[in-house]
Amino acid sequence: MSSQSSVAPSLWEGGRSPYATNSKKFGMWLFIISDSLTFSTMLFAYTYSRVTNPDWPKPFDFSPAIIFSTVMTFCLLSSSLTMVMAVHAMNHGNRKATVRWILATMVGGAAFVVLHTSEWLKLINVEGVTPFKNPWGVPLFGGTFFALTGLHMTHVICGLIYLAIVATGIARGKFKAEDVEVSGLYWHFVDLVWMFIFPLVYLMSARVG
Amino acid sequence: MSEHIEEIHVGGTTGTFAKVWIALLAMTGVEVLLAYEQVPTMIMLTALLGLSIVKAALIIAYFMHLKFEKLSLFLTLFPMLIFCIILMLVFLGDATRIPHMRPGF
Repeated sequence: MSSQSSVAPSLWEGGRSPYATNSKKFGMWLFIISDSLTFSTMLFAYTYSRVTNPDWPKPFDFSPAIIFSTVMTFCLLSSSLTMVMAVHAMNHGNRKATVRWILATMVGGAAFVVLHTSEWLKLINVEGVTPFKNPWGVPLFGGTFFALTGLHMTHVICGLIYLAIVATGIARGKFKAEDVEVSGLYWHFVDLVWMFIFPLVYLMSARVG
Repeated sequence: MSEHIEEIHVGGTTGTFAKVWIALLAMTGVEVLLAYEQVPTMIMLTALLGLSIVKAALIIAYFMHLKFEKLSLFLTLFPMLIFCIILMLVFLGDATRIPHMRPGF
């Protein structure tokens, strides 16, 4: 009975599953595409504000701010690698290894959040930058900077909660390989967005010497 | 059963993922080096954007597994995304004009 229904021919090529993927994964892809448009809008807003203000500040000293954000990039990139390993382990049915790799991913993400928060606090408390004013006389810098990095950090924190739920479920024998893969898609997207924020916001405003 | 699983998840061994990770780290290193050398702004922007797009493509293709999905998934999602992002360049002309319209410039 079951074999009969699984071999039933589709009426046209690809008609049953045109993307050959499950609906959860396709849903996550749609979310990622719409979220990329949100982030690209904010990056364009940052870039246009910068172009309209020739006296745009360069608040990031090479040492320590740029080195600091490079370490943050390293944390996020490495957490992407451990997430791939988690998906790989789950595809081979190894739940224990999957939980360990997801926990490693969360450590990378948490390190990013801690480093980023300390950088924000330094900008706010030491340099006196807020979303509405800063010592360099270009208020748009604070507004665009905090909106962009704040939205990204919100995504990282949501990702940590998401991964924690997935890891707990996997450890208790719930969830399938596709669920880990879908959470992995989200996590890689967060990493991908940072691959644009880091050069455009930090490296373009680096101050050497 | 195990053969069936292997069949579904073709492509992407741990070795490949490690290579992609090293490539991403190397490109990040080049970006930071460009910032340290204080390359002229336009060259810097072009190089950084170029490297970022390559990095994004690597992440999407290997980490997000799109290289091993059906082509129809890529064709449904990405052409319109790229088109919409390019459309956002429409306002660049206005952005470059504003500084010249200010009194004193």
